[in-house]
Amino acid sequence: MTNKSVTRRGVLKSGAVAGTGLALPTIFTASSAAAYTNEPTGGSVTLGFNVPQTGPYAEEGNDELLAQQLAVEHLNGEGDGGCLNTFTSKALKGNGILGKKVEFVTGDTQTKSDAARASAKSMIEKDGAIMINGGSSSGVAVAVQGLCQEAGVIFMAGLTHANDTTGKDKKANGFRHFFNAYMSGAALAPVLAAEMGNDRRAYHLTADYNWGWTQEESIVASTEALGWETVNTVKTPLASTDFSSYITPVLNSGADVLVLNHYGGNMVNSLTNAIQFGLLDKVANGKDFKIVVPLYSELMAAGAGENIKGVLGSMNWNWQLQDEGTKAFVKSFGEKYGKPPSNSAQTCYAQVLLYADACERAGTFNPCGVVEALEDFEFDGLGNGPTWYRGADHQCFKDVLVVRGNMNPTNAYDTLEIVEITPRAQVEYDPEHPMFAGGALGECNPGA
Amino acid sequence: MLGLNKKDTSLLIIVGILTMLAPFILNPFPEGSAMAQFNAGYPDLMQRFVIFGIFAIGFNILFGLTGYLSFGHAAFLGVGSYSAVWMFKLLSYNIIPAIALSVVVAGVFSLLIGFVSLRRSGIYFSILTLAFAQMSFALAYSVLSNPKFNLTNGETGLQVYADDPQILQGANSPDLPHLFGLPMRATYTLDVGAWSFDFNAGYYLCAVIMMVVFYLSIRIFRSPFGMMLRAVKSNQQRMNYTGLNSKPYTLAAFVISGMYAGLAGGLMAAMDPLAGAERMQWTASGEVVLMTILGGTGTLIGPVLGAGFIKYFENIFSKINDNVLHSWFAFLPDGLEDAVVFLIHPFIGKGWHLTLGILFMLVVIYLPGGLVEGGQRLLNRLKRKKSKPDDATSGKTEPAE
Repeated sequence: MTNKSVTRRGVLKSGAVAGTGLALPTIFTASSAAAYTNEPTGGSVTLGFNVPQTGPYAEEGNDELLAQQLAVEHLNGEGDGGCLNTFTSKALKGNGILGKKVEFVTGDTQTKSDAARASAKSMIEKDGAIMINGGSSSGVAVAVQGLCQEAGVIFMAGLTHANDTTGKDKKANGFRHFFNAYMSGAALAPVLAAEMGNDRRAYHLTADYNWGWTQEESIVASTEALGWETVNTVKTPLASTDFSSYITPVLNSGADVLVLNHYGGNMVNSLTNAIQFGLLDKVANGKDFKIVVPLYSELMAAGAGENIKGVLGSMNWNWQLQDEGTKAFVKSFGEKYGKPPSNSAQTCYAQVLLYADACERAGTFNPCGVVEALEDFEFDGLGNGPTWYRGADHQCFKDVLVVRGNMNPTNAYDTLEIVEITPRAQVEYDPEHPMFAGGALGECNPGA
Repeated sequence: MLGLNKKDTSLLIIVGILTMLAPFILNPFPEGSAMAQFNAGYPDLMQRFVIFGIFAIGFNILFGLTGYLSFGHAAFLGVGSYSAVWMFKLLSYNIIPAIALSVVVAGVFSLLIGFVSLRRSGIYFSILTLAFAQMSFALAYSVLSNPKFNLTNGETGLQVYADDPQILQGANSPDLPHLFGLPMRATYTLDVGAWSFDFNAGYYLCAVIMMVVFYLSIRIFRSPFGMMLRAVKSNQQRMNYTGLNSKPYTLAAFVISGMYAGLAGGLMAAMDPLAGAERMQWTASGEVVLMTILGGTGTLIGPVLGAGFIKYFENIFSKINDNVLHSWFAFLPDGLEDAVVFLIHPFIGKGWHLTLGILFMLVVIYLPGGLVEGGQRLLNRLKRKKSKPDDATSGKTEPAE
């Protein structure tokens, strides 16, 4: 019943509509005249803090947020100035960045790469953020780093420990202050050899995702170089909460060390299960059974409570360090929030200052200028002693801590003791190391 | 027009006007004002509105018409995304082959899952689809991302790298998703006084596609095929007794809605070239169910409204933090300001789920038909108000006669 006859008027009408449709693209491509994405024009500049506020790493995310807010205060010349007083680069004057007051927006990554990208995008598109900082998972960090590269803003990674972030997934617009799995392995191995000997047999339980694999690979390589034997490597689903079925086979495997490549709630649960099974009281191959947790954090240590006593692991930074930068940061964080900062908080704080300092030294917010200022930048005074931001892969090199669960904690925050501060030279590697090979840094992208 | 009756035509035209003018409608507050926090007219969120709209429209073809509640539709969304990103990696950044493949792959995938799951109905069907989706999620998250055979890149998500083959990528074509050279990211910003409106190429592409599939869904709703699906919903047993085999119909509906989901997934990847496994998680499947119920099950426009509602909360409310609150209530005396912020604090930022939950509850309790029912009641009330004065005047005149 429909009328399908073609009229002259109809043809003209649809022709006009189609014509406008085809002409539209030329309007769109002639976009704004700014030199780079989100060039700040007013008296303020906006930074985007993208951290997990819900989900398994929420506690870490909220701690990061506190540190980021503190960094903004210090940049704006409020509070006691924190690490601005100890930082070796004196470009920052406490009057914001390049004279512009620092403002910030926050978002929730939910520890999911999709949600993290959506939240970062809204910061870039809606709030005009010129830099994204934060994150508490390597998957999220890699995903957001890719987005920032495409959008033309700088990404200052927060807590991300997988080798890939500055390995095969490295990007010119992305920077990592945190250490990585390779460095954990390199720092831990000598301490493990000294404490446990060179003829151990290790059994690995590994969280079954990218970070777990790179950490397992790194630890296996560095312990085998000591003369250890790897009995078995078992992958556990990330969503597990009960690891008892994975612990039972360990007892009969002939292993005498259990390595837990787990993080956050997973690590708390697997360690608790291992202790409940009495692994630490066992004797295997004539040696006392030991447990190693390659990547530690204060929040995990607090979660695991009594069970971490004597367990060895590595850390990026700890509030008990005695250098000037650490003391200044711990003092100002403690006075504001009434607790010592965690190492993820410290890394985010340092990254915000490093970004601001790089803008100040480059004299511009243009990502390409910032990249140039950060590449091969040497500094001190933000904790962990002299640090080098390597230009080849945008990875920071500094001393790595080996820590042990405190046997006799004196207070709630005194959960870990520093066993050794592994010097930087011992954890450095070639940018083309097989664990980091593949991928390309590419060119800096200013967007727009 | 286009084989639609008058009511549907006007619905289609209204939806068309709303989507085309979305950059204006969603940015009602001037830039820099305190209320700008509630603006939703930036490209990423507008794209999300229409893409999830497509997802929900498709879901509604299955759930709204046949009553089969699938708890695994996110699997098709994810499969669509993965196939689109693979097209980017292998062929080129042009979105046409990517979207085409995502629809086809999602169609095949839903045919397989639908064939098995539709052997049962009711809760068993829901659980079956949920199980399949969780299996797909687990496969994507870890099994298919092992170093030897990496199809999905696990937790990190599938991305395009510089050393991917991209055999059709021309020397001059943009290095991000584009439609024959028009990048999806291209945005024209119109500044009118204190206001600023973003016109984004990707958004308009998605909006046009949504209009097309919305039209398709109206046609399906009004067709004999749609009637058959409604019959399945009202009493499948009775239908079977009349000698009619309803299974091909339900399977077709399942596959169509799966293809809609695949299209949405492909578009998501086309707007942002990354495919993550979380897209397939059961919470994502639940989200589309919520969208449909919130907007109004079985209605044409409901799912789109529901999708917009949920995405708005996720992206806008989750970003309001204490600092923003303090700046809003700075005019109050200090003690009162802190008290007000303390009261509102649990409902914003990380607590956005709470606000959404409360609103969801209110809608389900007081408007069982979803937002659409709310709109209808509002319209009815307005009509009654309009007609009342007439009654009054006629009441006055009658006795005089």
